Amino acid sequence: MQDGTQLGVSTLDLILGGDPALYGIIALSLIVSVSATLLASAVGLPLGAFLALVRFPGRAAIVVVLNAFMGLPPVVVGLAMYLLLSRSGPLGFLGALFTPQAMILAQAVLVMPIVAALTRQTVEDLWIEYRDELTAMRIGPAGRVATLLWDARFSLVTTLLAGFGRAAAEVGTVMIVGGNIDGFTRTMTTAIALETSKGDLPLAVGLGIVLIALIIAVNAAAAVARRLGELHAG
Amino acid sequence: MPDDMRAPASELPITIEDVSVRSGGVTVLDGVSLVLAPGDPTVLIGPNGSGKTSLIRLAMGLIAPTTGRITWGGRAASEGRRRAIVFQHPVMLRRSVAGNIAFALRSGAAAAARDRAGRIAALLDLVGLAGLDARPARRLSGGERQRLALARALARDPEVLFLDEPTANLDPAATKAVEDIIAKIAAAGVKIVLATHDLGEARRLAGDVVFMVRGRIHERTPAKPFFAMPATPEAQAFLKGDLVI
Repeated sequence: MQDGTQLGVSTLDLILGGDPALYGIIALSLIVSVSATLLASAVGLPLGAFLALVRFPGRAAIVVVLNAFMGLPPVVVGLAMYLLLSRSGPLGFLGALFTPQAMILAQAVLVMPIVAALTRQTVEDLWIEYRDELTAMRIGPAGRVATLLWDARFSLVTTLLAGFGRAAAEVGTVMIVGGNIDGFTRTMTTAIALETSKGDLPLAVGLGIVLIALIIAVNAAAAVARRLGELHAG
Repeated sequence: MPDDMRAPASELPITIEDVSVRSGGVTVLDGVSLVLAPGDPTVLIGPNGSGKTSLIRLAMGLIAPTTGRITWGGRAASEGRRRAIVFQHPVMLRRSVAGNIAFALRSGAAAAARDRAGRIAALLDLVGLAGLDARPARRLSGGERQRLALARALARDPEVLFLDEPTANLDPAATKAVEDIIAKIAAAGVKIVLATHDLGEARRLAGDVVFMVRGRIHERTPAKPFFAMPATPEAQAFLKGDLVI
């Protein structure tokens, strides 16, 4: 076991040394997390807005389930996706198990309830303010969804960041459906878990620092974008 | 001819027959009958809670009668493409001044895409907001917001325009600006139906007056005789400045 100073030096060497393997892991992690967040948003944003605006029997139950699914255990999702994508599973013909595509899909399943549930709450609150105006303008259901999503866009940035944070920090799901294959499906979180268990602490700590720095950088960029957007659009 | 190429059917007259509206166990309109026909502005006056806003929302089609009947241009159902409303606290969409009007243009019957820029410029000019087209709508002052709300309502090319306390909480200069625009719109042939509890505003704008108390219409009469010699004790008390509850 290294002492603190040695560990710090080794970690810095690794981060600043331009190790292609390290950067490959970082790149794959970003691709998987961003893709999963985008995929989850494509479903979650309109679904959340729909649930905010449309009343139908069973809606309350769906909202409760959606809220509960924000806390879906990643390993359970990973197991379910494994069963779906395995050779004998219903989606086995895709041959996607142990690929980045499977990791994206699994993470999207984890993130979608977060995006949908937070979007529903945001849009529902905005609808209280907009209802009279949009009703008076005879805006139909699809137009209401589009208008409210657009006008809530700065609040929804936070929703997407929550989704991205969940995806980026996730390890159980991608470990199960990705397999943590070196150079192919190894992400920062799965590498940290592996290297820690092997005792290679500089790599684990280095990846941890990079992961946290990336999450802070993405959030900072989003905060700047949000601020600029608010300045421009009010 | 495709439906969207046809001129929308007339919204006027709006005929309200013995309408009551109950909401949450409270009767907000009680046996109201009224005809809103083309002509000078109709001003609804009365104390707070008298049902002015509810009557406007009913005539706009935003709430349904509990009992009674309402027709627009003789039809019980209307798309409402040529009805527009400005609320007391209009919501500014989170986009620019021009973006707010463009939104209304897209939702209304008027203006093909190629005409939009010209229509937006003309409407901004009409309401005195020319040059502010790129400003975020939520950054406007209270008076500017009301004027933008008027422009947005006019973007729908309305035959009848409902105004719910459009100058409440505005200073005299902003009030005058809004009233001048309302007078211009009325002079252009748009039927104005305006709710206010500001007697000065009612005197300045009204062609005829509907006086309401507790959800009922107490008087419907041309403005001049109403202000000179109101017929009911409630209206006399209201014009004297007494508390009418």
